[in-house]
Amino acid sequence: MNILRNREDGKFTVALEGRLDTTTAPEFEKVVAGELGGVTDFVIDFEKLEYVSSAGLRVLLMAQKSMNKQGTMVIRNVNDDIMEVFEMTGFSGVLTIEEN
Amino acid sequence: MFSFKAMEKTTKIFDAKPDMLDKVIAFAEEEMSKIDVPLKDQMKINVSLEELFVNVAHYAYPDGVGTAEITITTEDRKITIEIKDSGIPFNPLLAADPDISLSAEDRGIGGLGILMVKKTMDEFTYRYENSFNINTISKLF
Repeated sequence: MNILRNREDGKFTVALEGRLDTTTAPEFEKVVAGELGGVTDFVIDFEKLEYVSSAGLRVLLMAQKSMNKQGTMVIRNVNDDIMEVFEMTGFSGVLTIEEN
Repeated sequence: MFSFKAMEKTTKIFDAKPDMLDKVIAFAEEEMSKIDVPLKDQMKINVSLEELFVNVAHYAYPDGVGTAEITITTEDRKITIEIKDSGIPFNPLLAADPDISLSAEDRGIGGLGILMVKKTMDEFTYRYENSFNINTISKLF
């Protein structure tokens, strides 16, 4: 998985490319645990993300909990397959997903 | 014309360690490429296989490393994957489904992987046989 970052003051955009799975989730967890200081507007771009397993959901939940204390988090460009995963796990009710 | 592909069965044995996941997924993708599984279904199968393999890797062998034997059967419009381990007996189908209506603050993450397997596969069975856990999933496409 590739993680592309763009930081402008309090706005932090992260584009995830590839698969957010057991192998790659720890890389994204490092970003969530270490780079959200001072971020008020966290945007995660899923345009080039293929799929998310439960290991990825775990990190997304962690990110959402952090951002609930300091600002907003939005996920954009979610493909139909990943949207299905969010719906079947109830994550669509926990995360803010921008309409395509 | 009606075409029918003969059944093919391939087995590989992997160390039951999370860092073997990429090799496990590569094996599944190789088998799926033989029968043109649609991408949408491949992703669901990859995720389900990951959840089951990682469960074995994390919990089956608390005292050390064991193996997971994975058998993939492909036939006309159907793929079946069997994951066999000799670790501690564990039936994933007996665990309660997580409450998916809770808020971010109140939610845990336990059980979500198994829930995804149940919801995306056409069949998901568990049996304990000759000291082996055998999880089987299949998907029609």
